[in-house]
Amino acid sequence: MAVTDTGGAGAKRPSRLFRNMSAKIASIPMIFTAVVVFIGCTIWTIYHSFTRSRLLPAPEKWVGLDNYERLWGENRWLISIENLAIYGACSLILSLTIGFVLAALLDRKIRFENTIRTIILYPFALSFVVTGLAWQWILNPSLGLQNVVRQWGWESFTFDPLNNPEIVIFGILIAGIWQGSGFVMVLLLAGMRGIDEDIWKASRVEGIPTWKTYIFIVIPMMRPVFVTALVIISSGIIKVYDLVVAQTSGGPGIASEVPAKYVIEKMFQAQNLGLGFAASTMMLLSVLVVLIPWAYLEFGGKKNG
Amino acid sequence: MKLTTKLLSASAIVAASSVSAVELEVTHWWTSGGEAAAVSEFAKAFDATEHTWVDGAIAGSGGTARPIIISRILGGDPMGATQLNHGRQAEELIEAGLLLDLTDVAEAEGWKDIVNPSSLLDSCTVDGRIYCAPVNIHSWQWIWLSHQAYADAGTDVPTNWDEFVASAPALEAAGKIPLAMGQQPWQSSGAFGVMAVAIAGVDAWSQVTVDKNPDAVMGPEYTKVFEAAANARAFAANSNVQDWNQATNLVITGQAGAQIMGDWAQGEFQVAGQVAGEDYTCLPGLGVNEVISTGGDAFYFPVQDDPEVEAAQKELAALLLSPEVQVAFNLAKGSLPIRGDIDLMAANDCMKKGLEILAAGNILPDGNQTLSPDTSAQLEDLMVEFWNDPSITAADAQQRYADIIASAD
Repeated sequence: MAVTDTGGAGAKRPSRLFRNMSAKIASIPMIFTAVVVFIGCTIWTIYHSFTRSRLLPAPEKWVGLDNYERLWGENRWLISIENLAIYGACSLILSLTIGFVLAALLDRKIRFENTIRTIILYPFALSFVVTGLAWQWILNPSLGLQNVVRQWGWESFTFDPLNNPEIVIFGILIAGIWQGSGFVMVLLLAGMRGIDEDIWKASRVEGIPTWKTYIFIVIPMMRPVFVTALVIISSGIIKVYDLVVAQTSGGPGIASEVPAKYVIEKMFQAQNLGLGFAASTMMLLSVLVVLIPWAYLEFGGKKNG
Repeated sequence: MKLTTKLLSASAIVAASSVSAVELEVTHWWTSGGEAAAVSEFAKAFDATEHTWVDGAIAGSGGTARPIIISRILGGDPMGATQLNHGRQAEELIEAGLLLDLTDVAEAEGWKDIVNPSSLLDSCTVDGRIYCAPVNIHSWQWIWLSHQAYADAGTDVPTNWDEFVASAPALEAAGKIPLAMGQQPWQSSGAFGVMAVAIAGVDAWSQVTVDKNPDAVMGPEYTKVFEAAANARAFAANSNVQDWNQATNLVITGQAGAQIMGDWAQGEFQVAGQVAGEDYTCLPGLGVNEVISTGGDAFYFPVQDDPEVEAAQKELAALLLSPEVQVAFNLAKGSLPIRGDIDLMAANDCMKKGLEILAAGNILPDGNQTLSPDTSAQLEDLMVEFWNDPSITAADAQQRYADIIASAD
């Protein structure tokens, strides 16, 4: 077809557009989905966030920035944002650090590596709802950890994060990291295995200690793997919802609310689509604020260098 | 002539009922013990016709089920019939033409004459057409007191809110939780509503909830309500259960002195084999102000293309309001029937108190009927925050409540 056509043109340099035609045809459905579903629906949502839509979309009731004003005046939204920031920063740093340390330990060619890897990766196979419920039980003061330690004889031991509004978000964080760091470990381990054995030999000849080799040589070489891990973790952070619902359903009070939960509840429970759309637009905006500078550095920088 | 019309209509009924049987999926969120027993009365009655009731119970409270129900109707996968609280929740669905017009059924069955109070039918009516079938009356304004808890504490069972407040230290000294309270948002907001009606009085309440007047929120009557709520918050501080029926269970087992909860709590006392007046006491309007609100449940019938399904839907609508079904259902559920012309001899003490208040006409519209879901959700958010965070003072909460009422639509 198209490929044979361009092949038949012979000496004529084929147009860039028609090169590799079959691949391009194959990706049309995905391109279509991306344009219509992602970009189209995003624009639709942003437009409706400026309207007074209640249960049903009402494109004709334009109210300007009213929804945004109300959103940023609401305590619950501010707490949601604060929680997401704490959860996001901690989860990003901790899961990358823990994942990397675990990967480096497994990389030392230990015995039963496969078994250990499976055990550490196993939590990732569980859904967030199951993870949340399991940790709700573990952190429950009368069933879980606190009770066990007290039975060992340490009577005054208190560990009850899910019922303390000050630290409840860290109770959720523990579950999130338990679930996610195994996956980060596997990703990073794959990256480490891709490092040429000669690099290790060279560093050994130079007499560089192992930890220094990891930090100053291996990590910079693994940059693409880190970027992949970062993107996967971040998208998981932004959409965190089921974990919170299963563990605390936003409580005590509104201390562990998150933006995704706010959006769902405003749209379907409070029957206020406009406000829900405004909140989801703010979530998109927060992703873009992080993503655009990064994409600029990552892809814009390459052309110059 | 008259005979022929009678014969004609009789044959018409025969013809109508000879259409093939229809399976009707009915969604609802009645899943606790007493509720499930009640809904099975509906299913039994409907299965006795040639149609089949396909039960679509959705676990969790209305807050969980309502979004699922609404998104199914909007998404083009409508069920045969569904429970919703009547009021403003379905307003937009009706305007969009997604719900079946039941006016002909209502006229044939004479709903206008039998439904009492008539406000129930009014909230099913949009532009003179009727869109839902009310099935029961639920009132929020009750406090349930455990006789065992008070016996253990060595004090008399209170007869009103003030006595309850005075007795709280004795309960605490006996190691009891004075006030049981679940953590779900609608419970905090509902309990506050009850205190508002009882303590501020009906006039102040309707200025706030019906007329949406923010000045009334800042008035002296509501100041008392917020102070009482701050007190109640302290009484409920040790009650760390989630669901309302777990909180009711604290009262049933005597671990807690009281619970402010609607009359659906009665079903739980019944299932536990307790007797009103012996094991527990119920006080309408917190014993201060004996009025009850008349919210309730209603069934809506999403529009379907199939005329046979539509006929079955209308048949179900008529059946739900028929006297026998009303009696069986409401006795099991502990709620009040929506028609004044039936006899509830089997009703227990608490239901009889409710029926008397209903007959005397001391009734209020339900918050669901006067406030939009958006405003109710905002008030719920505020109340959840208030009940769980002792650093929010009564005055702060009052100011924020007034702001929400000022912007209510």
